[in-house]
Parts: sequence; structure tokens; C-alpha cells
Amino acid sequence: MSTETTSNEAFTDSHVLDPAATADSQESISKEITDIHAAYRQSVVDGAKAETQPRIDFAPYRSSLLRHPTKSLHHADPETIELHSPAFGERDVHALESDLTIQHNGEPIGERIVVAGRVLDGDGRPVAGQLVEIWQANAAGRYIHKRDQHPAPIDPNFTGVGRAITGPNGEYSFTTIKPAPYPWKNHHNAWRPAHIHFSLFGTDFTQRMITQMYFPGDPLFSLDPIYQAITDAEARDRLVATYDHSITSHEWATGYNWDIVLTGSNRTWMEDEEGDH
Amino acid sequence: MTQASNTQAPALKLAPTPGQTIGPFYGYALPFDKDNELVNQARPGAVRLHGVVTDGAGTPIPDALLEIWQADEDGNVVSKDGSLVRDGYTFTGWGRTAVDNVGHYTFTTLNPGATEEGKAPFIMLTVFARGLLNRLFTRIYLPEDTAALANDPLLASLDEAGRKTLIATREADGSLRFDISLQGEGETVFLSYPRES
Repeated sequence: MSTETTSNEAFTDSHVLDPAATADSQESISKEITDIHAAYRQSVVDGAKAETQPRIDFAPYRSSLLRHPTKSLHHADPETIELHSPAFGERDVHALESDLTIQHNGEPIGERIVVAGRVLDGDGRPVAGQLVEIWQANAAGRYIHKRDQHPAPIDPNFTGVGRAITGPNGEYSFTTIKPAPYPWKNHHNAWRPAHIHFSLFGTDFTQRMITQMYFPGDPLFSLDPIYQAITDAEARDRLVATYDHSITSHEWATGYNWDIVLTGSNRTWMEDEEGDH
Repeated sequence: MTQASNTQAPALKLAPTPGQTIGPFYGYALPFDKDNELVNQARPGAVRLHGVVTDGAGTPIPDALLEIWQADEDGNVVSKDGSLVRDGYTFTGWGRTAVDNVGHYTFTTLNPGATEEGKAPFIMLTVFARGLLNRLFTRIYLPEDTAALANDPLLASLDEAGRKTLIATREADGSLRFDISLQGEGETVFLSYPRES
């Protein structure tokens, strides 16, 4: 253990009390990431299929070490319940829950933004009438969470939680504040790129996913072992929103577009096949 | 009966968006009132489904979030909204819970019926956790219908050790016990489905 760790423990700013936290340098973490990515690119050159998802076994993200299955995922033929998804609707979510800037008496501090896009399935079909949930840090990089003790100010006018039900074309829109990067304890001087957490449902429960949306041009991308756990560069880009001036509104908010593509539904093609027999 | 496989499944037209870890700070965002009560505890037939989530060292994980999705007692897939605003009467088939400080979770639900005659009833489970870079899916089979379990295609494709991890234990008070091991000793079998990429 280095003196670095000891001195960190002396402060009360421990962001997350993580037993997997290390005193590794950014350089050594970055080297691990670079090596894994180089091996991946070589495997693609050698004919391996491009990866679309993060590795769940990704040592530079230290908390993943003991939390990933070591056996490969086992193939399952989806059955009835797996071909459907829970239903959500207006009963569940009020229309105003998609505006994170009006949940308190005053305006939150920060850059007001609109994040809008569509939820599609792997066949490009809109996922209509489904639940989208988001949560995020405030403009200072602080979460309203008892375990977040990063010494940045809490904004009494910003909770950072939103919900929406997608429209008939799979569309969603959130009005919020641009979150800031924040420190964490994966390694020494570790910082997460600014992001918004997204939770999504499809038409089949097998499409259920939770992910993070990032902002274009973030200088922390290359340093972040969570983002870089996606070894494929094109796949990583799919988590980055696009600045969209058509979403930006006059004297009010800047706009970002981010479309989300879920995996493929198994219901349609399996039912079609069933009909063929 | 249709047997799906990755070779028959049509290719995706769009590349899927990658998942990411749920992270440590979902606790003020995703849980909601009665999120783990698919039915009221007082309802006849209400069953406690519970267990512990552990890591590769066998240590309980205090920051995992679980969701279940299941048919009703008659094996019907329900399509009713209202999960987020539980009224105590509507069974929506879906529930969510964050594990507690010692990695333990509890749902109050119903025993799902077989969705088709002779099929082994199961509850679908999704696991999210800090440190887990993408969600995991598995099935919680009810232990009673041994004939149906013996004929289940997924269970038949597993060795005995793997099969055991997917079948819940019925406790003396009628509860279902289902522990989840993310790694190592008794590692739970997690599933992939066609059309993920």
C-alpha cells in the first residue's frame, strides 16, 4: 500500500468505499486498456466478429474482477415470458417527469440541455410506449446519493432523476442540466467522463438494458476503463450523443440527439416461423 | 414447437447500443415504493422469493439491483401497466429490488404457472450491479414439477452443477430461495439469447 492510499483514507471525501479501489496510476490503467484493445483489433484482423457490447471481464475496471461470470453465457431459446415485456404507460409516468429542471422551487445551476432521440429495436422498428429512466450527477459532478461524498456542491434545485414513456415513433425527450465529470476510486486520479445513465425496455424482456450516454469530445474518454471496456471503437461511438442544433431552442437550451438501438426482438420471427408450420 | 437458434435468427439491421454498468448511484433513481411487491403480502398465494447475491470471493454484494418478469399463476403473460404505482390489486408480472447491505433481496410474488402445457414454470431474472459491465439474464425455475424440469430443453443442455443453479429451493414456509453467484463456487448459469448482435 502506498502512502497515497493512506492519505486518501485520511480525508472524508471517499467517493465510493470500494474494496477494489487501488492506488494504480492512470498510466498503468491506460497501458492495460491499450493492450486489451490492441489484442482485440488483432483478433478482428484475424477474422473475429466485431464486438458490440462491453467486456464483462475487463480488469482495468477493478470492481469487475470479482463480479463477472467466468463461464460463457449459455444459449437459451427464448420462451413465452422471454418474448414479452412488462407494460408501462401514463399511469406509471407523468409527462412532467421528463423535465429534470422543474422538480424543485428554483432553477438548477448549470447548462440547460435537451437530450432527445428514439428507442429502436435491432430491426430499426420504433419501441413505442415503453419506459425510459435516466439519472445523473449535477453540474458540479455530484449525485444526490448518500454514498456520493465527492466534495462538490449539492444543488437543492436538482435531483437528477427523470422518466419518460416513448412516443409512437419510439421518441423521447428530456430537459436537464449538463452533468459534470466526477472523481472515483478505481485508481489514483480517476475521473469519469460526464454521462447520463439510461435504463431501457424493449418489446421482449431479453432487450432490457442499462447504459450510459456521453457527450461529444470528452477529453476523459481515453482514460476511462468503464467506457473503454467496450473494445470496439465504433461500438464506443454509439454511446456518444451528437450536438443537434435543430434540438437547440432559441434563448433556452442546447440540444443533443441520441438514438438507442436495443437487441433484436425474437417474438416476430419466431411467431412467423410458428405460422409456417 | 419452434426451436430458435442463432443460425435461424435473422441478422440485426442496426448495430445495438452497448450496455454499461449501472454504477453505484442508482439508489435514488431506480427503486420506487413497493417495487418488490408484485402482490400484497396478504394476498392468498403470495410467495416470498429471496436470496443473496455474492461475488467471486463468496462475499455478498451490497450494490446490485434485480428485476423479475413472470407469468401469473395460470401461466398467462400479463400486459398491464401500473408497476410503478402499485395499487395492491394489479398483478403486472414485473418487479424490481435493490439488494440490502448484506446482499439479500426479497420479492413478494406469485408462483408462475406453466405458460404452455407440460412446460416447467420459471421466473425471468435480470441482474445489474456496480462492477458488472452489462446486465445478466437467468431463469429461476420452480422446483415442484420434476417431470417438466426433466424435459426442459435449457436444463437438459446443462450439466448437473449448472442445472442446480437455476432451480429454486422451496423452504418450509413456502418461500422460494434463489441465491445468485456472479463468479466462482456455484456460479449461476447466465443466459444469452438469439439476436443480441
